[in-house]
Amino acid sequence: MYAVVIGGGKVGLSLTRELVAKGHEVTLVESRRSRYLNIEHELQHSVQYGDGTELWVLERAGIQRADLVIAVTGDDEDNMLVCQVARDKYRCDHIIARVNNPRNYSHFKLLGIQPVVSATDLILRLIEHEVPRYGLVHLLALEEEGLEIIELEVSAESPAAGKALSEITMPDGSLFISVLRHGSGFVPKSDSVIEAGDRVLLVLEPGLEETIIAYLAPETAHAPA
Amino acid sequence: MFVLIVGVGRVGAAVAKNALSTGHEVSVMDEDPLSHERLDAGQATSWEDAGGHFTVGTALELDALREAGIERADLFIASTDGDNTNLIIAQIAQKQFGVQKVIARVMDPARAAWYREQGLHTISPAQEAIGMFIDAVQAHAGVV
Repeated sequence: MYAVVIGGGKVGLSLTRELVAKGHEVTLVESRRSRYLNIEHELQHSVQYGDGTELWVLERAGIQRADLVIAVTGDDEDNMLVCQVARDKYRCDHIIARVNNPRNYSHFKLLGIQPVVSATDLILRLIEHEVPRYGLVHLLALEEEGLEIIELEVSAESPAAGKALSEITMPDGSLFISVLRHGSGFVPKSDSVIEAGDRVLLVLEPGLEETIIAYLAPETAHAPA
Repeated sequence: MFVLIVGVGRVGAAVAKNALSTGHEVSVMDEDPLSHERLDAGQATSWEDAGGHFTVGTALELDALREAGIERADLFIASTDGDNTNLIIAQIAQKQFGVQKVIARVMDPARAAWYREQGLHTISPAQEAIGMFIDAVQAHAGVV
């Protein structure tokens, strides 16, 4: 596989190292002279100096034959632009963009740039997972497929608490995957009883979050996230 | 018409003043509050007294764009000092807010040309300058 990585910061450099170690051909593009000179020592011909948002720089890096373009600069506009031209001008099949400011996520989405990776987002998810008072945790969003997996603590106020799965009427488009209780998990069967304090994993169609919260953790329904 | 200009440098400020003086409603936005001085410079009245609007904010902030009036803009001009910023916010104005006419300032002639092919109205000051220099070179070559 041939990958072009734009942005030689910690993320770009580490990615390049890993990809090279896995036997892939990689070109990293870095626009800051001092940083380029430092990296060049290590990566030699796998790094090029230049502004990766300039078309001739991308072409010099061989973007026309790239299987994958990864834009990981510290500037969201630059990352969006690189991915847009990689996809629309150079017909690159796979692009990955880094989102620096989570507020810009909607702009990436608007321009159809995905998948995107946001460090803030990843850490937030970890925090949500570690701090139960956050209520509903988004574990995975399969946007193309229109599904998501969430985690939620069942409260004593929920009508589902203390009932067997077969007695619980879940909204259409949602399903229990597993139950985490006292530190271990199991896949519930129809006669498994859901208890208050259980952390449950659910797969849902997007848009059902509010309904699910109102049903399984009603007292947190209007609490700020 | 209602004109929204993001990026109040030399270009943005001059275009804004001209649009206001020719009877249009003009709102400008810049991340630097001091850029306001450019709008007042050489004018008899302040920008606001003359009827202009000024919003402090960065171009990717949707709230700031709304505050600046993007939802009722007839014309959107992206004239910050960043080519990529201009290209991205111009597309946001077009795709998300449905602004009828959108123009982006793009210094780099190559990016300006490609995005123009994609249907975005781009103006490249560098390309204009290149043309003028080439003409000047040719004209002088005719003299010597």
